[in-house]
Amino acid sequence: MQSLVARSALARSAARVPTRSFASSAARFQATPTEKPVLTKEFKIYRWNPDEPAKKPTLQSYTIDLNQTGPMILDALIKIKNEIDPTLTFRRSCREGICGSCAMNINGQNTLACLCRIDRDASKDTKIYPLPHMYIVKDLVPDLTLFYKQYKSIEPYLQNDNPPEGREYLQSQDDRRKLDGMYECILCACCSTSCPSYWWNQDVYLGPATLMAAYRWIADSRDTYKAQRKEKLQNEMSLYRCHTIFNCARTCPKGLNPAQAIAKLKLELAAD
Amino acid sequence: MISARALGLAPALRQAVVASKSSRGLVLRSVVATRGVQTQSLPPSAAEKILNEQRLKRPSSPHFTIYQPQLTWIGSIANRVTGAGLSALLYGYAMAYLVAPETFASANVIELVASMPEAVKIAGKTILAAPFAYHSWNGLRHLGWDMTKFITLKGAYSSGYAVLGATAVTTVALVLM
Repeated sequence: MQSLVARSALARSAARVPTRSFASSAARFQATPTEKPVLTKEFKIYRWNPDEPAKKPTLQSYTIDLNQTGPMILDALIKIKNEIDPTLTFRRSCREGICGSCAMNINGQNTLACLCRIDRDASKDTKIYPLPHMYIVKDLVPDLTLFYKQYKSIEPYLQNDNPPEGREYLQSQDDRRKLDGMYECILCACCSTSCPSYWWNQDVYLGPATLMAAYRWIADSRDTYKAQRKEKLQNEMSLYRCHTIFNCARTCPKGLNPAQAIAKLKLELAAD
Repeated sequence: MISARALGLAPALRQAVVASKSSRGLVLRSVVATRGVQTQSLPPSAAEKILNEQRLKRPSSPHFTIYQPQLTWIGSIANRVTGAGLSALLYGYAMAYLVAPETFASANVIELVASMPEAVKIAGKTILAAPFAYHSWNGLRHLGWDMTKFITLKGAYSSGYAVLGATAVTTVALVLM
C-alpha cells in the first residue's frame, strides 16, 4: 500500500516536471513542507463609518489563523484588511515603532500595534479600540488635530537670541544627558490619550506628550527662552491638571517617563 | 492591451472580440460609459466646510470603560474619592452642628454609637478608617512625587503597593483602637 502511494506520488511529480524525470531529480529529495496546525483567534475591532454617521460605533469580530499571521497586532490588522475586510481603516507606516502612526488601544492599553505581540492564547479574544476619548475619523483613526496644535503651541524648536558665531552650539555632556529620555518621544499620542486628566480637560490641559516636549526645551542648556516658556505654563490648566496618575509612563511604547518630566517642570515652576 | 488590463477592461474587451470583431470600437465606448463612480469638482475652499460637517457627527472613542484597570489610575481615582468622601463628612457634620447644635453634640453622638450593635460599630469604624488611612498615606506619596522622589514607573508601583500595605495595617490598627 505504502509503495503504491509512493509510486503514485512519484508519478505525479514526474508528470509535473516532465523534462527532468531521472532518478536524481531534485524534487525527490525535497522535504514536503510541514503544515502548521490551524490556530484561530478572534479579534474584536472598533468600527465606525463616517459615511453612515447615524450608525453607532460597533465592535466587529474577525477570526484569523495565527499560524498564517505575523507575530504583531499590526500583522493581524494588515492580514484582516488584505484578506477579510478591505474597509477596515487604520494608520500604519514604519512597522518598527518609530513613526508612531499605529497607536491604538489594544486589550485596554494604549500602545503601538507594530510593537505589540499577539497573545497566542486562542481562547481569549483581543479587543482593539482607537486611542481613548478622541474624536474618530474612521474605525481606528482618531482626529489628532488638537494634539498637534498643542505641540505646536509650546514652540518645539531651539530659540536663542545669541547664536555662537562661526561655530555650532556647544553643550557639556552633563547638559546633553538631561535631554535623554525626552528627545526620543515620537508623538504617537499613546500617553496623552491614556491620561484621565487629558480625557476630561483636553481643551485646556496640554497633556503628557506636549508637556514633556515643553520641558525638553526648558531643560536644554542651549535655549535662552526658558522664562517665556515657563510663563506660558504658569496657569491653572496648561500644566497643573496633571495629578501624577502615571498612566503616561505606564503606557509609553518607547519606555519614556512623561510623569517625571512634568514633575520636574512643576518643581521648576514652583521655584520661580 | 497592457493599458486595457490596467484599466480592468480586458475581460470586457475579450468578450467584445468574441462577439463581433467589426464593432470593437462601439463596445469599448459602452464599457467606458458604464463605469459607475462619478466625481464632482469642488473648489479647495469647500474642503473646510465638508470637514466641519463631518466633524460634527464624529463619535468620541470609549475611554475609562475600556481602559485596563491599573494601579496607577485606579489608585488616583481612589485618592480623589476618599478625599471627597472625607471632606463631605467633615463639612457635612460641621454644618449640621451649626444648624442643630443640640442634636449633634458630642454627648449625643457618643450615646448613639454606644447603643449600636458590635458588628455595626466595627463596620462603621472600617468605613471611616480605610479611606482616612489610604488618603493620608497616598498624600505622603504625592508629596514625595512633588519633590521628584520615586518618580519612575518602578517607584510609582512599589510606592503604590507600599501605600496599600500601610493602609491595610493602619486600618486594622484604627479599628482595634
